[in-house]
Parts: sequence; structure tokens; C-alpha cells
Amino acid sequence: MKNYYNPEDLKKFGNIGEFQKNLADKFFDYYGETFKEGALTAREKSLIALAVAHTIQCPYCIDAYTADTMEKGCDEQQMMEAVHVAAAIRSGATLVHSVQMMNKYKELSM
Amino acid sequence: MIKSLKARKSELADVGYEIQILSAKTPTGFESNAFATKLRESHLYPLKPVKIDTLQINVGKMCNQTCKHCHVDAGPDRKEIMTRETMQHCLDVIKGHSFTTIDLTGGAPEMNPDFRWFVEEIRKIDKKINIIVRCNLTIIVANPSYYDLPDFFKQHNIEVTSSLPHFTVMRTDSQRGEGVFEKSIKALRMLNAVGYGKDDSGLILNLVYNPSGAFLPGSQKSLQQEFKKKLKDPYHIVFNQLFCITNLPISRFLDYLLVSGNFDDYMEKLISSYNPIAAEGVMCRNTISVGWSGYLYDCDFNQMLEMKVETSDQHISKWNTETLTQREIQTNQHCFGCTSGAGSSCGGATS
Ligand code: SF4
Ligand code: SF4
Repeated sequence: MKNYYNPEDLKKFGNIGEFQKNLADKFFDYYGETFKEGALTAREKSLIALAVAHTIQCPYCIDAYTADTMEKGCDEQQMMEAVHVAAAIRSGATLVHSVQMMNKYKELSM
Repeated sequence: MIKSLKARKSELADVGYEIQILSAKTPTGFESNAFATKLRESHLYPLKPVKIDTLQINVGKMCNQTCKHCHVDAGPDRKEIMTRETMQHCLDVIKGHSFTTIDLTGGAPEMNPDFRWFVEEIRKIDKKINIIVRCNLTIIVANPSYYDLPDFFKQHNIEVTSSLPHFTVMRTDSQRGEGVFEKSIKALRMLNAVGYGKDDSGLILNLVYNPSGAFLPGSQKSLQQEFKKKLKDPYHIVFNQLFCITNLPISRFLDYLLVSGNFDDYMEKLISSYNPIAAEGVMCRNTISVGWSGYLYDCDFNQMLEMKVETSDQHISKWNTETLTQREIQTNQHCFGCTSGAGSSCGGATS
């Protein structure tokens, strides 16, 4: 069966350097550095990544950061709350545009 | 409560079958000798002991719980427990060898009727030796005859090491059984009440975290911080250290991995996160494990796989420090559980 997404491909992420090594190396260095313990803990960063993964709806990232947040000791409630934050921002962003709709409505109305 | 693999007459209760699974080539192409190959690359093959300073004694498979991940396949139906005669052999060895640590485990070691006698006798031999009891917590509240265990531990200056896979009810109960979290909290309060885990009491209470599922433990330091915070508020519980232990793919955890379809991915994770520094610090290099019937093993995991020490004297009654120190430690794919990431041992991360 042909699929656009294959879980096995996640493990091959590191191979993107095959086609362009220099940029891949730079990316993975940057990626690794970003997720290190810093002003934010590695755990907090992992929860942000989980939320963003849902926003961009990347199945690879959702798998990877579900496992990662679990490894970092997050519980199911914390994980779901992170996704709700993403969802709230998404729906908020949709709804705040309704002000534009309202403005336009008023402009076009008698 | 789930049943032991043995009671279920599962194929996995047969160690021959377990070893067959562990020795098979993985779908992602790791050969059966992958662990030996990795050790060779790290200049650690054949794996040899450094110094034997810890005797870990498994006093029996009997337990009041049947956790889903148990590598002992312990449970209330398991009747294999150590006799006083075998304990006496252990005492003779403790007298004649300078161990720093005696680590008592099970099942629930406290369920062995000779447990208290054994602890008292070890303490008589050496006032200073570190005696660890791997207490599953719920045993303390299982029935009134165990309620005084915290006092007994305190009286003999025992270091208590207890499993609590998570600070949430759901994650703990999903691994250890319904109601376990609540009972564990009650038991932890009883331990705290006599001074365990409190600063300056000198009574050490360590907790063990193992992931409740097919994933690896994260950083021990951050998890410890999180556990301390979450147990203090709202439960007012304190403890000393958190040990992160990786689940090894044997016995009931292997059964879980196979049934849930996670086996291949889990092995892949373990193998790909092999850490040579962790390999250098594996616990079998300073520990001998004694089984309930007195046979000697490289570790509690090899014990469950019935892989006895590779020497001519394999029984505690024939203890020989020299041959044991020179032996080759027996390994297989399950060993990747001790060498992944920050490493894993009965004392937590190793690197
Ligand atoms: S993990 Fe420990 S408490 Fe759970 S069944 Fe096994 S021996 Fe008993
Ligand atoms: S499973 Fe046992 S023998 Fe293998 S590395 Fe771990 S402690 Fe050593």
C-alpha cells in the first residue's frame, strides 16, 4: 500500500544530509542546541514542541514529541493542556479575524 | 489483578523461549550478537567484573502485586522463596567477604517468613554495612502484621528503595495495579513519619521510576526535581533520591512489548541509544546476584533468564571470590537496557 506518511521515515530523518550535507549539519546542530536545557527546561521545550506539532499537524513530530514528553515525565493532563493551548491560539486567531468581517460588514451595510 | 506468566501458562514463562526471542535478529537488522559487537567496539568484550562489593539477594518471587512490567514474574501465586538454610549460606559469605552493600529484593522480600531474622543477622555481622531493602510500598499497608515495617527498617538502619513509577494515579496504577498509587502514598507517609526521607534523619528513602510503557526514562535529575515537587504538593511526601531504571525486555515487560506490538521499536530505541560510558558502569561488574535457591548470577535479570555465573562454583554454598572475579559476564540483547542513554542499574542512571 502506498502512503504519503510512513512511520519508518521518521527514523530516516537524519539521512536528509545525503542530498545536502552542509545545510543538514547546520540544521541538526541548531535543532540540538535549541532543545538543550536553557532558560527554559528541556521538559518545557518538549511540551512547546508537542503543542506546535499539533498546530502544524505533522504526524512525525506528534509521534516524536509524545514519546519525548512521556520520557521527560509529563503526564497525560499536561500533554493535553499543551495541545489545548495550541488549539486555543488557533481558534483565537480565527475568531479575531471576525473583527475584520464585522468591520467590512458594517462598511457595506446601510 | 493480572496473573503471573507462569499462572497463565504463557510461552514466555519458559526462559528458553525468551532467550530465543532475545537472540533473534531484529527486523531492523541487528544480529543476535549485537551487544557483544557493541562491547567489542567499546573495548569491553568479554565483559569482566571490576570488584565485587555488592551482594544482591533475591529472597523469593512471592509478591502481593503483579505489576505489568515485572521482570521477576512475581505475584501472590509464586511460591519460590529462599529457605533459612540458604540465607545461612549467604550470611557465611557476608562474614567472609568485605561487601559494602547487601541489597535485598524479591518479589516482596518482606513476605519471606524469615525476612526479619535474615535482616537482623546481617546487621549483627556488620553495624556499618549498607543494607538496602527493595520495598514495593503497598506491602507496608497490606495487612496489620506489616504495619510496623517502617519501625523495623529504622531500627536496623535499612536503606529503603521503593518503586513509584509516577506521581499521577493513572500512570502508577496502569503499571502496578488499581489502587496502588493511593496505597503507596499511604505507605510513604508512614515511612516519612518515622523519619525516612527527611533531611538529617540519616534514614534514606529512595524512589525508583520506571517508565509505565514502551518508552525510555528521561533525565534523572529533571525527573527527580519534578517528583519532589509533585509529591510535596499536595501529598507532603519527601524522599532522598530518584533512581531512573529502564525496563529490560524480559519476562512480563517482554510480554507487554510483544502483545502491544512495541517490541521491535523498543529494541531499536535501546540499541540506537547505546552509550559506551554506561556500558563501562553496568552493575554486573560490581555485583553478584543470589537467587532464591542459592544459585549465583551476574545480575537479577540474568537470574530471571536462568543464566548462572560462568564459573565452576555456581552456588552460594561454594562461594569463591577468585573465580567469580575472573569470570566472564554473560550477556544477550536484554543488556541493551542497561546501556541505553544515561545507563540503568538498580541504583539508577550510571553516567
Ligand atoms: S515489580 Fe516488584 S512489586 Fe511489582 S510484581 Fe514485581 S516484584 Fe512485585
Ligand atoms: S542485564 Fe545484567 S548482565 Fe546484562 S549488562 Fe545489565 S547487569 Fe550486566
